[in-house]
Amino acid sequence: MDPIKESLLKTSRKAKQEKIGKLVTFLCILLIMVMVVAIILFVSLKGLATFVVNHVSPFDFFFGVNWNPSAKPPQVGALPMFLGSFIVTVLAAIIATPFAIGAATFMTEIAPRTGKKFLQPVMELLVGIPSVVYGFVGLAVFVPITRHLFGGSGFGIFTATLVLFLMVLPTITSMTTDALNSVPRNYRESSLALGATQFQTIYKVVWRAATPGIMTAVVFGMSRAFGEALAVQMVIGNAALMPTSLTSPAATLTSILTMGIGNSVSGTLENNAIWSLALLLLLMSLVFNLLVRWIGKRSSLK
Amino acid sequence: MKFKKFLVTLIFPFLAISLCACGIKIKGKQMTVVGSTALQPLIESAAEEYLKDRQGLFINVQGGGSGTGLSEIQQGAVSMGMSDLYAQEKKGIKADTLLDHRLLVTGIAPVVNKKVKVNNLTFKQLQQIFSGQITNWHSITGQDLPIVIVNRSNGSGTRFNFEKIVLKGNKPKPAQEQDSSGMALSIVSSTPGAISYVSFSYLKDTVLHPKVDGVAPTQDNVKTNRWKIWSYEHIYTQKNMDQTTKDFLKFLYSPKVSKLISAMKYIPTNEMEVQRDFNGKITPTNVEDK
Repeated sequence: MDPIKESLLKTSRKAKQEKIGKLVTFLCILLIMVMVVAIILFVSLKGLATFVVNHVSPFDFFFGVNWNPSAKPPQVGALPMFLGSFIVTVLAAIIATPFAIGAATFMTEIAPRTGKKFLQPVMELLVGIPSVVYGFVGLAVFVPITRHLFGGSGFGIFTATLVLFLMVLPTITSMTTDALNSVPRNYRESSLALGATQFQTIYKVVWRAATPGIMTAVVFGMSRAFGEALAVQMVIGNAALMPTSLTSPAATLTSILTMGIGNSVSGTLENNAIWSLALLLLLMSLVFNLLVRWIGKRSSLK
Repeated sequence: MKFKKFLVTLIFPFLAISLCACGIKIKGKQMTVVGSTALQPLIESAAEEYLKDRQGLFINVQGGGSGTGLSEIQQGAVSMGMSDLYAQEKKGIKADTLLDHRLLVTGIAPVVNKKVKVNNLTFKQLQQIFSGQITNWHSITGQDLPIVIVNRSNGSGTRFNFEKIVLKGNKPKPAQEQDSSGMALSIVSSTPGAISYVSFSYLKDTVLHPKVDGVAPTQDNVKTNRWKIWSYEHIYTQKNMDQTTKDFLKFLYSPKVSKLISAMKYIPTNEMEVQRDFNGKITPTNVEDK
């Protein structure tokens, strides 16, 4: 047969490579998909067992204020932990956001050259510090200071908030920096051309235009704070009580989770109740993700 | 060629996974011990000693907590499970399917912050403190200092045994919880008015360890049950264990390990003059058993 005709009729080597490439990348994404679905299924199955197998009413779980699953009768109120998680997260975000916006503005608007050269790498370094180090700093520095200022043991929501503030500050700052950097240059130039000062330009134009990006940064920071386990567990005191004061010991979902899982036997109510907490945590991170998406969508409409 | 590299990167993880799977299947050459973190350091040093003249054998000692230890041994996933409590005391464990080896006894002592001027507590006072009936040191020492209770986490063996013996069914006062004995100890040493409890091996001079009803927390007082707050550390095995497990278990009861046990401020079970069953009933040890 004519060699040219043959080569035209056969699948070429390049076409084969194309197919294999597609297959390989598809397998990779399939692996990730399977893992995500498996994790969600597994946690849901275990977490729902509290309600289905152990017949705990969801109302008691979400609104009960006593957590003691090994007592008789078992008490599985998750509200203290949920509130604990929620309060530390929101407080940390509220304190961290102004600092983050200030730092990011300095790095992008006021001194962009030093910002890129020195401050950015420093911030990125902070993001990479393991959480146990933050926890240790909290234990060695913030706990004694809190105890000195407010009395008590020094463990509690206030201290946890300070530690989380440290942890989420670099995350929020670096994302806010990206948001500010992505504001088009001509916005600033037009504002300056109209006679606005640099500060007026920053807070009337740049911040305004970057608001969705900044919001996304804050929500990301919050989702990191909400899921943080180790550092918080080291300084919050881990008492599953309704939070009554900022300086008395409280607990978060993650701290109770990490402490309880090794001490309970798989299949018992104690164990299932902890899985329910994990499910709650998973749902909350889903909410944070949806929030980020929602903010992104709203900004793209503009 | 590029796609070959692609294939290699894809195949490599699978190969690695299957290799791991092979590793697990080689039985008799390695064993895993899982459970109580209180017992873990001792078993680790014992295993190290044991493996010195045994090439090719590997003993994997992991923590994870008593609950993990008991459920893993019940499933037969490991060779030995370490536990701070009787299997009967843990919900979800069928105790009659397992063999209990009470390896050693550990005393548990209350520890108090040094700002509190206390040398002796009565058993009753201890009970009232941890159930929340006394909330200030005033009625005990005359100091106006609030009592800060530092608990171990819910389900911890030390806490379970302490509450079982001291509170005798009274409800514990909800308080802050710590994951480890070391952490509880360092909080007590730094927080004015704090009280907690740790096993003897953790006792340090950074905190007070008051007498209870005039009895000092020492190993000798535990042997005679004059010091009442003590518990067993258990090794649980399946009823039909393999030879490797049997040999190591025998080693754990050898004089070499007994020395190790005493050095870590624990008491080897065969030195006890009394024994306690899982209902809390105390009987003198039979001489023949020794």
